[in-house]
Amino acid sequence: MLPLAPVLNGSLNMIGYGLATLGPGLGVAWIFSSVINGTARQPEARGAMLSTAWIGFAVVEALAIIGIALAFVIQ
Amino acid sequence: MSAMIGLLIPLEGFPPGVQSFDSKPLFPELGPSWYWVNNHLVQAVIATVLVIGFWLWMARGQKVVPGKRQFLGELAYNLVRNSIARDILGHDYRKFLPYLLALFSFILVNNLFGEFFLFMFPTFSKIGYVWGLALCSWILYNGAGIYKYGLFTYLRKATLPEGVPVPLWPLIIPLEFLSNFIVRPVTLALRLFANLFAGHLVILVFVLGGTVLLESGQLGLIAAGGMSLIFSFAIFALELFVGFLQAYIFTVLTAQYVSSAVAEEH
Repeated sequence: MLPLAPVLNGSLNMIGYGLATLGPGLGVAWIFSSVINGTARQPEARGAMLSTAWIGFAVVEALAIIGIALAFVIQ
Repeated sequence: MSAMIGLLIPLEGFPPGVQSFDSKPLFPELGPSWYWVNNHLVQAVIATVLVIGFWLWMARGQKVVPGKRQFLGELAYNLVRNSIARDILGHDYRKFLPYLLALFSFILVNNLFGEFFLFMFPTFSKIGYVWGLALCSWILYNGAGIYKYGLFTYLRKATLPEGVPVPLWPLIIPLEFLSNFIVRPVTLALRLFANLFAGHLVILVFVLGGTVLLESGQLGLIAAGGMSLIFSFAIFALELFVGFLQAYIFTVLTAQYVSSAVAEEH
Protein backbone atom coordinates (compact mmCIF):
# COMPACT_ATOMS: atom_id res chain seq x y z
CA MET A 1 0.00 0.00 0.00
CA LEU A 2 1.15 3.49 0.61
CA PRO A 3 4.57 3.89 2.16
CA LEU A 4 3.10 6.34 4.67
CA ALA A 5 3.81 5.51 8.29
CA PRO A 6 0.66 5.90 10.45
CA VAL A 7 2.63 7.78 13.08
CA LEU A 8 3.64 11.44 13.02
CA ASN A 9 7.28 11.83 13.88
CA GLY A 10 8.09 15.35 14.93
CA SER A 11 10.56 17.16 17.03
CA LEU A 12 10.45 19.79 19.72
CA ASN A 13 12.95 21.77 17.67
CA MET A 14 10.33 22.47 15.04
CA ILE A 15 7.77 23.60 17.59
CA GLY A 16 10.37 25.96 19.02
CA TYR A 17 11.18 27.28 15.56
CA GLY A 18 7.49 27.79 14.81
CA LEU A 19 7.19 29.93 17.94
CA ALA A 20 10.35 31.81 17.02
CA THR A 21 8.95 32.96 13.69
CA LEU A 22 6.27 35.09 15.38
CA GLY A 23 8.56 37.91 16.45
CA PRO A 24 10.56 38.42 13.24
CA GLY A 25 7.40 38.05 11.15
CA LEU A 26 5.75 40.90 13.01
CA GLY A 27 8.97 42.91 13.05
CA VAL A 28 9.63 42.81 9.31
CA ALA A 29 5.98 43.53 8.55
CA TRP A 30 6.15 46.57 10.85
CA ILE A 31 9.25 47.94 9.20
CA PHE A 32 7.90 47.77 5.68
CA SER A 33 4.47 48.95 6.78
CA SER A 34 6.08 52.14 8.06
CA VAL A 35 7.96 52.47 4.76
CA ILE A 36 4.66 52.24 2.90
CA ASN A 37 3.02 54.78 5.22
CA GLY A 38 5.95 57.16 4.91
CA THR A 39 5.91 56.86 1.13
CA ALA A 40 2.21 57.73 1.16
CA ARG A 41 2.91 60.86 3.17
CA GLN A 42 6.03 61.98 1.30
CA PRO A 43 6.82 60.10 -1.91
CA GLU A 44 10.15 61.81 -2.55
CA ALA A 45 11.59 60.41 0.73
CA ARG A 46 11.10 56.85 -0.46
CA GLY A 47 14.74 56.18 -1.32
CA ALA A 48 16.12 57.20 2.03
CA MET A 49 13.41 55.32 3.91
CA LEU A 50 14.02 52.18 1.92
CA SER A 51 17.76 52.29 2.62
CA THR A 52 17.15 52.43 6.38
CA ALA A 53 14.49 49.75 6.04
CA TRP A 54 17.00 47.28 4.62
CA ILE A 55 19.33 47.76 7.59
CA GLY A 56 16.46 47.19 10.03
CA PHE A 57 15.26 44.21 8.02
CA ALA A 58 18.67 42.53 8.18
CA VAL A 59 18.84 42.91 11.96
CA VAL A 60 15.29 41.66 12.57
CA GLU A 61 15.62 38.73 10.21
CA ALA A 62 18.83 37.69 11.95
CA LEU A 63 16.65 36.38 14.77
CA ALA A 64 14.57 34.28 12.39
CA ILE A 65 17.72 32.90 10.78
CA ILE A 66 19.25 32.03 14.15
CA GLY A 67 15.95 30.25 14.85
CA ILE A 68 16.03 28.02 11.82
CA ALA A 69 19.75 27.35 12.12
CA LEU A 70 19.46 26.24 15.75
CA ALA A 71 16.35 24.19 14.99
CA PHE A 72 18.44 21.97 12.74
CA VAL A 73 21.78 22.13 14.52
CA ILE A 74 20.78 21.36 18.09
CA GLN A 75 19.94 17.68 18.38
CA MET B 1 26.08 8.29 -18.87
CA SER B 2 23.57 6.22 -16.95
CA ALA B 3 23.41 8.90 -14.28
CA MET B 4 22.38 11.40 -16.96
CA ILE B 5 19.06 9.55 -17.27
CA GLY B 6 18.64 9.95 -13.54
CA LEU B 7 19.26 13.63 -13.98
CA LEU B 8 16.53 13.87 -16.62
CA ILE B 9 13.99 12.48 -14.13
CA PRO B 10 15.30 14.36 -11.15
CA LEU B 11 12.43 14.58 -8.67
CA GLU B 12 12.34 11.11 -7.24
CA GLY B 13 12.81 9.29 -4.00
CA PHE B 14 9.91 9.24 -1.56
CA PRO B 15 9.74 10.40 1.25
CA PRO B 16 11.50 13.71 0.67
CA GLY B 17 14.03 14.71 3.27
CA VAL B 18 17.61 15.79 3.70
CA GLN B 19 18.72 12.78 1.67
CA SER B 20 16.99 14.24 -1.40
CA PHE B 21 19.73 16.87 -1.52
CA ASP B 22 22.63 14.42 -1.74
CA SER B 23 25.15 14.98 -4.51
CA LYS B 24 24.69 12.79 -7.54
CA PRO B 25 27.86 12.04 -9.51
CA LEU B 26 27.36 12.57 -13.21
CA PHE B 27 29.62 9.74 -14.36
CA PRO B 28 29.50 7.04 -11.67
CA GLU B 29 31.02 4.47 -14.04
CA LEU B 30 34.30 6.38 -14.06
CA GLY B 31 34.98 5.36 -10.46
CA PRO B 32 35.04 7.12 -7.10
CA SER B 33 37.91 9.48 -7.93
CA TRP B 34 35.56 11.26 -10.39
CA TYR B 35 32.69 11.63 -7.92
CA TRP B 36 33.52 15.30 -7.50
CA VAL B 37 31.93 15.94 -10.92
CA ASN B 38 28.43 16.04 -9.54
CA ASN B 39 25.18 17.62 -10.53
CA HIS B 40 25.48 20.89 -8.59
CA LEU B 41 29.09 21.55 -9.60
CA VAL B 42 28.18 21.26 -13.27
CA GLN B 43 25.18 23.50 -12.64
CA ALA B 44 27.36 26.17 -11.04
CA VAL B 45 29.83 26.04 -13.94
CA ILE B 46 27.00 26.25 -16.50
CA ALA B 47 25.54 29.20 -14.58
CA THR B 48 28.91 30.99 -14.66
CA VAL B 49 29.24 30.44 -18.41
CA LEU B 50 25.66 31.61 -18.97
CA VAL B 51 26.07 34.78 -16.91
CA ILE B 52 29.39 35.76 -18.50
CA GLY B 53 28.11 34.90 -21.98
CA PHE B 54 24.87 36.82 -21.48
CA TRP B 55 26.50 40.04 -20.35
CA LEU B 56 29.23 39.86 -22.97
CA TRP B 57 26.58 39.35 -25.64
CA MET B 58 24.54 42.28 -24.36
CA ALA B 59 27.58 44.51 -24.27
CA ARG B 60 28.81 44.14 -27.82
CA GLY B 61 27.93 46.44 -30.70
CA GLN B 62 26.18 49.12 -28.70
CA LYS B 63 24.66 52.03 -30.62
CA VAL B 64 23.19 55.33 -29.47
CA VAL B 65 19.76 54.31 -30.75
CA PRO B 66 19.34 50.85 -29.23
CA GLY B 67 18.10 47.82 -31.08
CA LYS B 68 15.94 45.17 -29.42
CA ARG B 69 18.81 43.21 -27.87
CA GLN B 70 20.45 46.31 -26.46
CA PHE B 71 17.11 47.55 -25.14
CA LEU B 72 16.46 44.33 -23.22
CA GLY B 73 20.00 44.22 -21.95
CA GLU B 74 19.77 47.79 -20.71
CA LEU B 75 16.46 46.94 -19.03
CA ALA B 76 18.12 44.20 -17.01
CA TYR B 77 21.19 46.35 -16.33
CA ASN B 78 19.11 49.30 -15.17
CA LEU B 79 17.33 47.14 -12.62
CA VAL B 80 20.57 46.56 -10.72
CA ARG B 81 22.18 49.90 -11.46
CA ASN B 82 19.27 52.21 -10.59
CA SER B 83 17.42 50.55 -7.77
CA ILE B 84 20.35 48.84 -6.09
CA ALA B 85 23.65 50.52 -6.81
CA ARG B 86 22.78 54.18 -7.36
CA ASP B 87 20.11 54.53 -4.67
CA ILE B 88 22.12 52.84 -1.95
CA LEU B 89 25.73 53.62 -2.76
CA GLY B 90 25.41 57.23 -3.81
CA HIS B 91 27.98 58.86 -5.99
CA ASP B 92 30.74 56.26 -6.10
CA TYR B 93 28.52 53.37 -7.06
CA ARG B 94 30.45 52.55 -10.22
CA LYS B 95 33.30 50.92 -8.33
CA PHE B 96 30.97 48.29 -6.91
CA LEU B 97 28.48 47.91 -9.72
CA PRO B 98 30.28 45.07 -11.60
CA TYR B 99 30.36 42.89 -8.50
CA LEU B 100 26.72 43.62 -7.65
CA LEU B 101 25.58 42.91 -11.20
CA ALA B 102 27.50 39.63 -11.35
CA LEU B 103 26.23 38.64 -7.91
CA PHE B 104 22.61 39.30 -8.81
CA SER B 105 22.83 37.48 -12.15
CA PHE B 106 24.65 34.47 -10.70
CA ILE B 107 22.25 34.01 -7.79
CA LEU B 108 19.24 34.48 -10.07
CA VAL B 109 20.39 31.92 -12.66
CA ASN B 110 21.27 29.37 -9.98
CA ASN B 111 17.93 29.85 -8.26
CA LEU B 112 16.10 29.41 -11.55
CA PHE B 113 17.82 26.06 -12.02
CA GLY B 114 15.52 24.80 -9.29
CA GLU B 115 12.52 25.17 -11.56
CA PHE B 116 14.14 24.45 -14.91
CA PHE B 117 13.79 21.07 -16.57
CA LEU B 118 16.96 18.97 -16.86
CA PHE B 119 18.30 20.40 -13.61
CA MET B 120 15.42 20.80 -11.11
CA PHE B 121 17.84 21.41 -8.27
CA PRO B 122 18.64 24.85 -6.86
CA THR B 123 22.41 25.10 -6.57
CA PHE B 124 22.25 27.18 -3.40
CA SER B 125 20.45 24.47 -1.48
CA LYS B 126 23.97 23.05 -1.01
CA ILE B 127 25.41 25.34 1.61
CA GLY B 128 28.98 25.36 0.34
CA TYR B 129 28.15 27.68 -2.56
CA VAL B 130 26.42 30.10 -0.21
CA TRP B 131 29.40 30.34 2.11
CA GLY B 132 31.54 31.23 -0.89
CA LEU B 133 29.31 34.13 -1.92
CA ALA B 134 28.97 35.37 1.66
CA LEU B 135 32.76 35.31 1.97
CA CYS B 136 33.10 37.38 -1.22
CA SER B 137 30.64 39.96 0.08
CA TRP B 138 32.32 40.02 3.50
CA ILE B 139 35.71 40.66 1.92
CA LEU B 140 34.15 43.36 -0.27
CA TYR B 141 32.51 45.48 2.39
CA ASN B 142 35.33 45.15 4.89
CA GLY B 143 37.94 45.72 2.19
CA ALA B 144 36.12 48.83 0.97
CA GLY B 145 36.05 50.26 4.48
CA ILE B 146 39.69 49.42 5.20
CA TYR B 147 40.79 50.81 1.84
CA LYS B 148 39.06 54.09 2.50
CA TYR B 149 39.82 54.60 6.18
CA GLY B 150 42.76 52.41 7.14
CA LEU B 151 42.44 49.41 9.44
CA PHE B 152 42.15 50.96 12.90
CA THR B 153 39.97 53.87 11.90
CA TYR B 154 37.65 51.47 10.12
CA LEU B 155 37.45 49.15 13.13
CA ARG B 156 36.74 52.08 15.40
CA LYS B 157 34.10 53.39 13.04
CA ALA B 158 32.46 49.98 12.67
CA THR B 159 32.33 49.13 16.35
CA LEU B 160 31.62 52.53 17.91
CA PRO B 161 28.72 54.56 16.63
CA GLU B 162 29.13 58.26 17.26
CA GLY B 163 28.00 59.77 20.54
CA VAL B 164 28.34 56.72 22.76
CA PRO B 165 29.43 57.62 26.35
CA VAL B 166 32.63 55.95 27.57
CA PRO B 167 31.04 53.76 30.32
CA LEU B 168 29.04 51.95 27.69
CA TRP B 169 32.06 51.08 25.54
CA PRO B 170 32.70 47.58 27.05
CA LEU B 171 29.11 46.72 26.21
CA ILE B 172 28.83 48.34 22.81
CA ILE B 173 32.14 47.34 21.26
CA PRO B 174 31.79 43.51 21.51
CA LEU B 175 28.14 43.73 20.47
CA GLU B 176 28.86 45.85 17.41
CA PHE B 177 31.89 43.73 16.52
CA LEU B 178 29.76 40.59 16.66
CA SER B 179 27.00 42.24 14.69
CA ASN B 180 29.16 43.71 11.94
CA PHE B 181 31.74 41.03 11.36
CA ILE B 182 30.03 37.78 12.24
CA VAL B 183 26.26 38.10 12.16
CA ARG B 184 26.16 39.95 8.84
CA PRO B 185 27.90 37.36 6.61
CA VAL B 186 26.34 34.43 8.45
CA THR B 187 22.82 35.77 8.08
CA LEU B 188 23.47 36.71 4.45
CA ALA B 189 24.46 33.12 3.79
CA LEU B 190 21.83 31.36 5.86
CA ARG B 191 18.98 33.52 4.55
CA LEU B 192 19.70 32.47 0.96
CA PHE B 193 20.36 28.85 1.89
CA ALA B 194 17.30 28.40 4.12
CA ASN B 195 14.95 29.98 1.61
CA LEU B 196 16.09 27.76 -1.24
CA PHE B 197 16.40 24.59 0.85
CA ALA B 198 12.91 24.99 2.30
CA GLY B 199 11.44 25.93 -1.05
CA HIS B 200 12.88 22.88 -2.78
CA LEU B 201 11.65 20.68 0.08
CA VAL B 202 8.12 22.06 -0.31
CA ILE B 203 8.22 21.36 -4.07
CA LEU B 204 9.39 17.82 -3.35
CA VAL B 205 6.56 17.26 -0.86
CA PHE B 206 3.88 18.39 -3.28
CA VAL B 207 5.22 16.66 -6.39
CA LEU B 208 6.38 13.41 -4.85
CA GLY B 209 3.42 13.21 -2.46
CA GLY B 210 1.04 13.84 -5.32
CA THR B 211 2.70 11.14 -7.42
CA VAL B 212 2.55 8.57 -4.63
CA LEU B 213 -1.10 9.42 -3.96
CA LEU B 214 -1.90 9.09 -7.67
CA GLU B 215 -0.38 5.63 -7.76
CA SER B 216 -2.21 4.45 -4.65
CA GLY B 217 -5.32 3.08 -6.32
CA GLN B 218 -8.02 4.46 -4.03
CA LEU B 219 -10.35 7.02 -5.59
CA GLY B 220 -10.20 9.63 -2.81
CA LEU B 221 -6.42 9.45 -2.67
CA ILE B 222 -6.16 9.69 -6.45
CA ALA B 223 -8.21 12.88 -6.36
CA ALA B 224 -6.00 14.24 -3.59
CA GLY B 225 -2.91 13.36 -5.61
CA GLY B 226 -4.26 15.13 -8.66
CA MET B 227 -5.04 18.25 -6.65
CA SER B 228 -1.57 18.13 -5.15
CA LEU B 229 0.07 17.97 -8.56
CA ILE B 230 -2.09 20.81 -9.86
CA PHE B 231 -1.28 22.93 -6.82
CA SER B 232 2.41 22.25 -7.33
CA PHE B 233 2.28 24.67 -10.27
CA ALA B 234 1.38 27.42 -7.81
CA ILE B 235 4.30 26.29 -5.66
CA PHE B 236 6.61 26.48 -8.68
CA ALA B 237 5.42 30.04 -9.28
CA LEU B 238 6.14 30.85 -5.63
CA GLU B 239 9.62 29.38 -6.00
CA LEU B 240 10.29 31.49 -9.09
CA PHE B 241 9.30 34.56 -7.10
CA VAL B 242 11.36 33.54 -4.08
CA GLY B 243 14.40 32.90 -6.27
CA PHE B 244 14.19 36.37 -7.76
CA LEU B 245 13.51 37.97 -4.39
CA GLN B 246 16.41 36.25 -2.63
CA ALA B 247 18.82 37.28 -5.37
CA TYR B 248 17.57 40.85 -5.01
CA ILE B 249 17.80 40.82 -1.20
CA PHE B 250 21.33 39.39 -1.19
CA THR B 251 22.48 42.10 -3.59
CA VAL B 252 20.66 44.90 -1.78
CA LEU B 253 22.10 43.89 1.57
CA THR B 254 25.62 43.63 0.17
CA ALA B 255 25.25 47.13 -1.29
CA GLN B 256 23.87 48.38 2.04
CA TYR B 257 26.80 46.89 3.98
CA VAL B 258 29.27 48.49 1.58
CA SER B 259 27.45 51.79 1.94
CA SER B 260 27.58 51.58 5.74
CA ALA B 261 31.28 50.75 5.61
CA VAL B 262 32.30 53.70 3.43
CA ALA B 263 29.75 56.19 4.74
CA GLU B 264 31.01 59.63 5.67
CA GLU B 265 30.34 60.72 9.22
CA HIS B 266 27.95 63.63 9.46
